[in-house]
Amino acid sequence: MKFFEDVLVGDVDELGRYTFTPDDIKSFAHRFDPQRFHIDEEEAARSHFGALCASGWHTASMWMRLAADQRRREAEAAITRGEPVAQWGPAAGFRELKWLKPVYAGDTIAYRAEVIETRVSQSRPESGLVVSFASGDNQKGERVISFVSTVFVQRRPDMP
Amino acid sequence: MPEPKLYFEDFEPGAVAVYGPRLVTREEIIAFAAEFDPQPMHLDEAAASATLLGGLAASGWHACALTMRMICDGFVLDAASMGSPGVDEVRWLKPLRPGTQVRLRATIVDKRASNSRPDRGFVNYLFEMIDETDTVLTTITTPLMVLRRVPGTAA
Repeated sequence: MKFFEDVLVGDVDELGRYTFTPDDIKSFAHRFDPQRFHIDEEEAARSHFGALCASGWHTASMWMRLAADQRRREAEAAITRGEPVAQWGPAAGFRELKWLKPVYAGDTIAYRAEVIETRVSQSRPESGLVVSFASGDNQKGERVISFVSTVFVQRRPDMP
Repeated sequence: MPEPKLYFEDFEPGAVAVYGPRLVTREEIIAFAAEFDPQPMHLDEAAASATLLGGLAASGWHACALTMRMICDGFVLDAASMGSPGVDEVRWLKPLRPGTQVRLRATIVDKRASNSRPDRGFVNYLFEMIDETDTVLTTITTPLMVLRRVPGTAA
């Protein structure tokens, strides 16, 4: 994991892809968002969505899953190199989340994150804030989700 | 499906409702994190105590998902809901700890009919997840898209 000082505006992480199966969509929705168009194919077909589609919170949560996997891989690589591991997180929140298109059963979403701003935290001097533009595109290249995420990242202990 | 009870016309700006309570258990915090946010601060007490959270706490996305479930049970499943185009802002202000009894305070900030689609409107909500002492843990500001009972003409 990079320390705050090593994170640069313009850094891009391709986080990987995830395919939403009908069972995944319904499993999430039964627990957290049991609206008819997320839990039942026939009801979804009659809705304005036209087919079973994922809860927007499910689409967003899978971005977090792939981002967490990426952070873990980077931490493991740093340990292998004998380097210190910077702490990422928690996040302070996010803004401007847009659910731009439905994510239908069978869609494969490619997630990414691009750093758009870095600044030192006023409230936590041992951390910096990394602001990223998070997004997901479907297999047709259409953007389905985007948001602006702000996360605390540890500063290098040896920096003034 | 049953006929919806709540349409765009039924949402009154300024109205405040409180939903819940709902107990958030250690087990569900870890289960959500294992599936959607597998970071040590959400999975393991010892590892979490070494992080800025200072102990095990739920993923912020878990707080969002729980908010969605609480508003589904509260009113969304009774409404002519068409989902939401997005979320203006989410602020994770305080950690959501295991064993917290959360409630959700829902305030209708304002609403507007859709300019382009005369059959629907947007109801702008502020959702605040609060604990037993009324401390606000998470805030979510978001428009919900709801069908109109009587479709108007496009503006």
